[in-house]
Amino acid sequence: MVTTTSYSDFQQDIRNGVREVCARFDLEYWRKSHEENLYPTEFVKAMSDAGWLGALIPEEYGGSGLGFTEGAIILEEVNRSGGNANQVHAQMYTMGALLRHGSEEQKQKYLPEIASGNLRLQTFAVTEPDAGTDTTKLTTFAVKKGDKYIINGQKIFISRFNNTDLMLLLARTTPLDQVKKKTHGISLFLIDTREVGEGMIEATKIPTMLGGDTNQLFFSDLEVPESALIGEEGRGLYCVMDGMVAERLLVSGSALGNGKWFVDQAVKYGNERVVFDRPITQNQGVQFPIAQAYMELRAAEALMYEAAAKFDAQDPSAGADANMAKYLCSDAAYHAAEACMQTFGGYAAANEYHVNRKWMQARMMKIAPISSNLILSYVGQHVLKMPRSY
Amino acid sequence: MKILVLMKQTFDTEEEIFLVDGKLKESGVKYVINPYDEYAVEQAILLKEQQGAEVTVVSAGPARAEEALRTAVAVGADNAILIDDESLNGDEYTISKVLAAIAQKESYDLILAGHMSVDDGAAQIGPRVAELLGIPHISTITGLTIDGQTARAEKDVEGDLETIEVQLPALLTAQQGLNEPRYPTLPGIMKAKKKPIERVTAADLGIDVAAIGSKTETLTLNLPQKKSGGRILEGELHEQTAELVNLLRNEAKVV
Repeated sequence: MVTTTSYSDFQQDIRNGVREVCARFDLEYWRKSHEENLYPTEFVKAMSDAGWLGALIPEEYGGSGLGFTEGAIILEEVNRSGGNANQVHAQMYTMGALLRHGSEEQKQKYLPEIASGNLRLQTFAVTEPDAGTDTTKLTTFAVKKGDKYIINGQKIFISRFNNTDLMLLLARTTPLDQVKKKTHGISLFLIDTREVGEGMIEATKIPTMLGGDTNQLFFSDLEVPESALIGEEGRGLYCVMDGMVAERLLVSGSALGNGKWFVDQAVKYGNERVVFDRPITQNQGVQFPIAQAYMELRAAEALMYEAAAKFDAQDPSAGADANMAKYLCSDAAYHAAEACMQTFGGYAAANEYHVNRKWMQARMMKIAPISSNLILSYVGQHVLKMPRSY
Repeated sequence: MKILVLMKQTFDTEEEIFLVDGKLKESGVKYVINPYDEYAVEQAILLKEQQGAEVTVVSAGPARAEEALRTAVAVGADNAILIDDESLNGDEYTISKVLAAIAQKESYDLILAGHMSVDDGAAQIGPRVAELLGIPHISTITGLTIDGQTARAEKDVEGDLETIEVQLPALLTAQQGLNEPRYPTLPGIMKAKKKPIERVTAADLGIDVAAIGSKTETLTLNLPQKKSGGRILEGELHEQTAELVNLLRNEAKVV
């Protein structure tokens, strides 16, 4: 296994602890989960039971109160073991909006249950067919009627809807043309999907190259109690901003884990694979891309830890750094994926070698949860003060 | 019920072994709880959960063994004792004297240990400590039930299952198959970080170091010879037999 930055004893304990759980779920488990579109329920339960998914929830609400450096490490280790951290990362951070903007009553009701894994908060419904990165364009609408909100509209690419109990949902409560600022008039709801009436949410699966549970959701007169509102009505977008930075950090860790897995695999396979009477890694054309990807991963990792430390310290520049870290980690991981695929040659195409599946996951991280181009434009405009490029 | 678990920190079984100047290279090596001791720790925690018990784990050093003790605390041990005294390093004779001294400080109903460590593989500590304490000992158990002061242990005997009953206090050593050791949870790891570990020295135990010196001495340490590929003899059976005798006599020089 490749060596990497040195960590505190506690961080090393975290790595060892997560590895212990992941060691129970081998590559074949993940291949089956992917090919048969099975949600890795046993893995998610094991991670919950061992307290890893409640790591970021404060101790007073039953979690362990760890920071995002540790959060990123947890997901890094999942992917480094060959697993798919995407299946658990939402359970770790989605609660952030509730933690920072929910009422004490909401926090007491949900956080301890989320920390223990009894309640799954795995779904965050934002994207719509005509509102992706430009979130203010979303048209799903919630109308207040008595002590209820009635929600109508649709969402797309909504992950894990069939494997969650709770769902965070963004909906407009004031139309875009009636607000002073386009980021106003959007509200955040925490919906208990187990209490939703028959036919109010229709979910259709969207098969993707990643396998898993991705859906299109249609809401028809979905009734939710007014107590489902998180924070102030009309200020929902502000409630999820922090969470988006948090997600960048966790995705950075996940990407890093993938990258290290690819490097480990490429080195091991390449050193053993003999062609023309010598290991193929003796060829510079094979060896150098692996070495280059490894260096890129190390550099990206350094920025990720800096960004995570800033986020934990509530430094306002954490947002830019987290985005840059996500860009660099996903890019470096993809280069490692490419090097690994090239090293495996034709065998990379065979599912039983696991490289193609991980390669697809690594590629996706350059697109989701935010496209690399959007990060470039953000850095250009907000960090370097150049004109807005879009 | 008070349970004492004797444990040792060993190389991770996936580590490659290197010798440098005739000594084991220890830097950069990952250490774990000796896998057989893990079964002993797990059994103690299971008993604690099933019928209530206070579980103490002890390791006869070196200082790095603290990590292994913390892992045991993280999965549920109540107390941890580290024998932190280089003058007490030694062979199985020495270490068993030290562990017996620890065991005598309290009255334990049950002492558990792995049946051997995966590094030295001597399998002596358990039986020696039991002898020193004058209590019964059952080795390589694969099943255990405790009913009051009676322990009923199962063990594999040449493919058969032997069931042995013994009155507590007793010392039992664990074999693979006894249970499935759990892994530490995050809250467990965090709790274990804060737990004080008791450190004891020869003086604390009232041990005369000179009187318990090792009875054995390591002269040299060698890695096993690399296996070379086997050879398949060809020809008629009587030709193969003649060739085999020839090779055993002239090449292997064993007959």
